[in-house]
Amino acid sequence: MSAIELRNENKKFLSGDEAVAEGVKLCRPDVIAAYPITPQTVIVEKLSEFVASKEMDCQYLHVESEHSAMAASMGASMMGSRTFTATSSQGLLYMCEMLHYVSGSRFPIVMVNANRTVAAPWNIFGDHRDSLSQRDSGWMQVYVENGQEALDMVIQSYKIAENQSVSTPIMINLDGFVLTHTYELVSIPEQNQVDEFLPPYSTTNKFDFENPKSLCFTASPEWQTEFRYQQYEAMENAKKVIQEVDKEFSQVFGRTYGGMVEEYHCSDADYILVAMGSVAGTAKIVVDKLRKQGKKVGLVKLRFYRPFPKEYFKKLGKKAKAVGVIDRDISFGYEGAVYSDVKAALFSQGADVKTINFIAGISGRDITKEFLAEMYSQLEAIGNGDKVEEIQFTGLRWK
Amino acid sequence: MKPRVVKDFTYPRTKEELPFGPGSQAGVLVEVNSGWRTFKPVLDHEKCINCLRCWLLCPDGVISKENGQLEFDFDYCKGCGICAYECPKKAIVMVKEGAE
Amino acid sequence: MVSVKNLPDKELFYGHKACQGCGAAIVARLAMKILGERTCVALPASCISSVTTIYPQMSFFVNNMTSSFPATGAVLSGMAAAVKAQGLKEVNVLGLAGDGGTIDIGIQALSGAIERGDDFLYICYDNEAYMNTGIQRSGLTPYGAWTTTTPTNNNDIGEKKFKKNLFEILIAHRIPYAATANVAYPNDLLKKLEKAKGIRGPKVLHILAPCPTGWGYKTEETIEIGRLAVQTGLWYLAEYENNEVTLNYRPKDFKPVKEYLAKQKRFRHLKDADFQVIEEHRDEEWKILERHLRKDEE
Repeated sequence: MSAIELRNENKKFLSGDEAVAEGVKLCRPDVIAAYPITPQTVIVEKLSEFVASKEMDCQYLHVESEHSAMAASMGASMMGSRTFTATSSQGLLYMCEMLHYVSGSRFPIVMVNANRTVAAPWNIFGDHRDSLSQRDSGWMQVYVENGQEALDMVIQSYKIAENQSVSTPIMINLDGFVLTHTYELVSIPEQNQVDEFLPPYSTTNKFDFENPKSLCFTASPEWQTEFRYQQYEAMENAKKVIQEVDKEFSQVFGRTYGGMVEEYHCSDADYILVAMGSVAGTAKIVVDKLRKQGKKVGLVKLRFYRPFPKEYFKKLGKKAKAVGVIDRDISFGYEGAVYSDVKAALFSQGADVKTINFIAGISGRDITKEFLAEMYSQLEAIGNGDKVEEIQFTGLRWK
Repeated sequence: MKPRVVKDFTYPRTKEELPFGPGSQAGVLVEVNSGWRTFKPVLDHEKCINCLRCWLLCPDGVISKENGQLEFDFDYCKGCGICAYECPKKAIVMVKEGAE
Repeated sequence: MVSVKNLPDKELFYGHKACQGCGAAIVARLAMKILGERTCVALPASCISSVTTIYPQMSFFVNNMTSSFPATGAVLSGMAAAVKAQGLKEVNVLGLAGDGGTIDIGIQALSGAIERGDDFLYICYDNEAYMNTGIQRSGLTPYGAWTTTTPTNNNDIGEKKFKKNLFEILIAHRIPYAATANVAYPNDLLKKLEKAKGIRGPKVLHILAPCPTGWGYKTEETIEIGRLAVQTGLWYLAEYENNEVTLNYRPKDFKPVKEYLAKQKRFRHLKDADFQVIEEHRDEEWKILERHLRKDEE
C-alpha cells in the first residue's frame, strides 16, 4: 500500500470480518441477533463494540444458538425491522430449518457466512461445504473475493434483498480465515452516501396494527405450488436487480463487481476457469502470467451461486474450448455442486465444450498458483483432445 | 357482534391476487363449523341468571352477551356441550341437531 | 379488576378448527380477551397454529405468525427487540405454544429468551402430549398415561416418567413472573393474564388444557377434568414473582387421584398400586412446593 492511501481518512486497514462489521454499521440495521462461531466471531465482536459505544443505534440480541439467531431475526423482520446476522459452518447447518422459514416467508434478512468446512472430520478452516449444502434453502448466495467486496456487498445485499420484486434473504459468503482474518486496506463509504443509496427498510410483508396480518400461514397442497412459483419468480427478478444495484453502486461509490459474474480476460479465451470466492484473486495473477506466455486463458468469478447465471454460461459454452470448475466441496456420489450447475448451463444449448471439475481448497488447504497453472494446462490438454480425468482432486497425496 | 363468514370470498384468480408470501389479512373466515355439530345447545332464558359462565368457558366463543340476553352463533358452535355441563342453573340442554 | 362482566364481547380468536371441547382453545380465547388488539402472536407448530392459520381461513384477528417448532422463544425475542428498536408503544408480544413445543424442543429458545429479559408473554397450554401429530408423549406427559408412543399392555403402564416441572424451571431463571393456571379456574387464569400484561420483561404461564381427543373423555367434561386435576392435587395453581411463590388455591383435602384418572381413557389400565405411586409422587411434589412458599394466601 502506498503512504498516500494510508493518509486517506476513508481507508482503514481491516480484516474481512472487520470490513463486514463496518458495512453493517453503515446499513443501520434495527436488530442484530447472532451467536459466535469461528471464523465469524470478529464480526459479532466488532458489532457488539459499535453498539456498546453507541456508534450503532441497534438492538443486539445475544441469542443462545444459531437456530435462535435466525428465528429472532425473523421475529424482528416480521415487525418490519432491518436485521443482520452472521454465522459459519456448523452454525449455518444448525439454523438450516430457519433458513427455509425465512425465505419462504420472504423476509429480506442479510447474513454473512464465514465459509468453513463441516465436520466430520472436524476443522475450523475454509471451504464451501457449509453454504453449498444450503443451495435449496431459498436464499440468494453471493461469494466475495476480498474485504472490500465483502463490505460493499453488505450494502448492495440489503438493496437487492429488500427490493419489493425480490424480497428474499441473502447470504454473503466470505472464505474463512483467508478473508475473514486477513487484513487489507478497505475504503469505507461515507454514511450520507450509504443513507442515500439505501433508504430505510419499507415493506408490506410485516405486522400492521391498522390491518392485522397472518404471516407464514399454512398453505395446503392446493396453494403451495403457487407460493413456490412466487419464490421462483423472485429469484428470477433478482438477476436483474443484482445487475442494476451493482451499476447504481458503481455510480455512487466508484466500484463495480459485475453483478452475477465477473469476467477476467474471457472475451477471447479458449480455456476458462470458473471459481467462487477468494481463490479468484490468485487465479487472476495466474491468468496474467499465462497471458504473458501467450496462452488464451480466462477466469469467470462466479459471484452469485443463487440465483445462478444460467444465461451467461449458455453463451460461454459456445465460445470456449474447455471450461474448468473449481469446487471447494464435493457432492459425494456425483461431483462438485458448482460444476454440475455450470456444466448443465454450458451444455443446455448443445455446445461442444470440454469440462473438468477440480475439487480443491478443501478445508483450508491452499489453492496455490502452481495448482491453478496446472488446472489451466489440464484444460489445454483436454482441449487438444487428450484424455483427462473429469473429476480431479487437486493436491491429493495419493489415490 | 361475532365475526362473520366472508360470504363473497373469492380465491385468487391471478398471480397478482395471490397474497405476497404466505401472509394475508388476519381474521378471515371463509367457512363455517356448524357441520361438526351433532347436538346443539338450547338455552332456557327463564332459568338463565346471566352469570356468563358459559360465555367464559366456550372454547369457540360462540355465545354473545352484548344484546342483554345470551345468544349462540350456530355458524361456529361445534356442540361440545361445555356450556350445558357447566351451567349452574341447568338452563342449557343439549338437543340432537334437527330434533328440537 | 378483571371480571367476566367487563370482558369484551369481541372475539379475536374465532372460527378455528380445534376439536370440540378443546381446552387449549379456551386458553387462546381468554388470552386474547385480556391482551387485546395490539397483540402480536407467535405460534410454533402446535394444535393452535394448525387449527387457526390454514389459508385462507385465518382465525386470529390480531397480527400472528406461524413459526418453527423450537423457535418460539427466539421469535418472541426478535419481535420484542423490534418493538424496542421502532419505539412501538402498548404492544403485547405473545407466544402460544404447546407442552412439547415448550418443554422438549422449545426449552432452549425459551430459556435464552427469559435470560435476555425481553418483554413478552409466553403461554404454554399443556395438553400433556403431542396432540396435533396424533397423541405422542412429551416431557409433560404424566406418569401412567397411554399415548401412541407409550402404548400399554398387561406389563406396561405406558408413560413411565413423571411430568417435568416447568414451573420450577422458570423459578430457576428468576423470571419476573411465572404462574401455573388451569382452564377450570377461569377467574384465576384471567387475573394472571391481566397481571402478566402489566409486567415488563419475560412472563410465562403454564396452563393445564385438558384434551378430550387425546385424554379420552366426553367433550363437555373439559372443565370438570381440569377441576379434578386441581382437587386431586395433580395440578396446583401458583405464582412466582419477586422471588416469592404464592399458592393461589389450596384444596382442603386432596381427592383420591383415581377420581381424576379413572375418568380418562388414557389412564384406564391403571390399577390401585399405580394410583398409589402417583399419589406418593404428588405428595413429594407438594413438599417441594411448600418449601418455596413464604406466605400462603389462604
